Amino acid sequence: MNHGRRDTPHTPDDQGTAADSHTALRLEAVRKVYRLGDDDVVALHHADLRVGADEIVALVGPSGSGKTTLCSIAGAILSPTAGRVVVGEQDITEFGESELSRVRRESVGFVFQAVNLVPFLTARENLLVIDELGSRNRSAARARADQLLDELGLADRASNLPSQLSGGQRQRVAIGRALMNEPSLVLFDEPTSALDTQLGEKVMELIRHEMKARGTAAVIVTHDERMTHYADRVVHITDGVLAA
Amino acid sequence: MRLALQEMRRRPGRFVTATAILTLIALLLLFLGGLLDGLIGSATSAISGQTGDVITFSSTSQSSLPSSRVGGAVRSEIAGVPGVERVGGLGVTQVGARVPGRSERDLVDVALFGYELPPAGLGVPPDRAKAYADTSLRAKGVAAGGTILLGPARTPITIAGFVDGLRYGGQGTLWASPETWRVVQAANRPDAASAVDVFQAFVVRGDGSVRAAELARRIDDATRGSTSSRTTAAAADAQPGVEQQRSTFNQIIGATVGVAIVVVALFFALLIVERTALYGVLKAIGARSRTLFGGVVTQAIVVSLLASAIGALLALVAALTVPAGSIPFSLSPARVLGTVALLVLAAILGCSFSLRRVLRIDPASAIGTAS
Repeated sequence: MNHGRRDTPHTPDDQGTAADSHTALRLEAVRKVYRLGDDDVVALHHADLRVGADEIVALVGPSGSGKTTLCSIAGAILSPTAGRVVVGEQDITEFGESELSRVRRESVGFVFQAVNLVPFLTARENLLVIDELGSRNRSAARARADQLLDELGLADRASNLPSQLSGGQRQRVAIGRALMNEPSLVLFDEPTSALDTQLGEKVMELIRHEMKARGTAAVIVTHDERMTHYADRVVHITDGVLAA
Repeated sequence: MRLALQEMRRRPGRFVTATAILTLIALLLLFLGGLLDGLIGSATSAISGQTGDVITFSSTSQSSLPSSRVGGAVRSEIAGVPGVERVGGLGVTQVGARVPGRSERDLVDVALFGYELPPAGLGVPPDRAKAYADTSLRAKGVAAGGTILLGPARTPITIAGFVDGLRYGGQGTLWASPETWRVVQAANRPDAASAVDVFQAFVVRGDGSVRAAELARRIDDATRGSTSSRTTAAAADAQPGVEQQRSTFNQIIGATVGVAIVVVALFFALLIVERTALYGVLKAIGARSRTLFGGVVTQAIVVSLLASAIGALLALVAALTVPAGSIPFSLSPARVLGTVALLVLAAILGCSFSLRRVLRIDPASAIGTAS
């Protein structure tokens, strides 16, 4: 199993919990092969990764290294060709499409590279989308959305459309949306790629603060080595091979 | 579904084009349907307005009143059929009428009916030389209490009152006693004159113990095939030219619905192409394909309902502004509801072509994409 290397942790208390028995994500010998015409393209080679319950892992690698594939498998979007995937306490390796959808609705949060908020919904409604797609406990969802917006410093922006928010505010709304379903794992796809260094630092600080405050695990896909010191651990991926 | 409705509320501009096109299609469908109903009504409402369950013609008449003759012996046979309650004679003569206020040569085509069982809206037949007139004749100058002259013999008929919605062969009708009908027929169409107990058809009212179609079959059995009996609705449909008109209009209406399906299919296919990235994100955060497609169907239904409502309103305004008697146009609630149902069905069918496109959107497309 490849636990990866712990890079510059923030504080000793924040240090990762990869060795803990309670894990948010466990990949065991995961392999993913794509069929491209007559050729097989191996996107992931027997990847082993364990992310502790409140651990923040940075996944770093160049374009085409397999980051997206790993992130998709960890986020229950893709199924592996071989190996085992456990999210929280669910072994999702053999799950079908509808079960994977349920896992994404209930157990995983996503923050996408382009933020990708629903453009015609307000900040608050963008958070409530998660409830709309899932269990539909409207009053509880409203309370949680309001609480998250308040905690993210967006209470006064709840009624604004994404087009009326700054880049940082949109990123915070996206983080709020990812946290709406109280996930055990949040996947961040290049969260700072569209931001300047200063704003990128702020967003990473916010991510770290929100994840640690909630005891939620996070995998942050990035190619920006400057941001990796916000993670408890950095895992490098090259040509589909994980290396600590 | 809420998401789909919120999009329509927040971004109505995206749906204006489709709504406008579907409104025009709804208007066209309602106009075609209204014309069909108006044409059929003006040709057959005197038949469909009969209050009997069955109309019996002679077997060789092909359900055409002018070609049919049924006599007293047949009436007795019909009256003896189990399930028959009443039998009433019906006859018609089509003549030109001279109407006060119009020039001598400006004749108004009318169909004078002699009846025994009153059709819808009428009571017992009026006195001799009197008739009730269909309201469409008002536009031709016919007035209550006035006397018009029928046919080349200029037989005087005094208008006793008006009745609504009874037209025959595209003409306004007059409703008189059998005696008055025979007088007018003998004076103006001596070649078609009938004996006292002979009518062109019998209107048969059942006692409710059997269905109309069964009653018609029993009557034809009892007359040993000398009659051709039909339910009242079927008799109206069997009038010459009705089937051809209905078929032609229904084909045009079908083609128009086909256009509506194509419009909806193209519109929502384009909309879904635009939304591919958004649907990818929604799928990545757990939306099911059926939820997303349900939203598309919801939007298609709302667009078609909105278009139908505007189209119906415009058609209603058109119906009210068309001068009476200028074109046979009749807009009934059943036609409006039927058109709405057709458009909604077209919308659902149209957007169902996009189902595969929605299913194929890969949630993985949301990951690793910068925009």
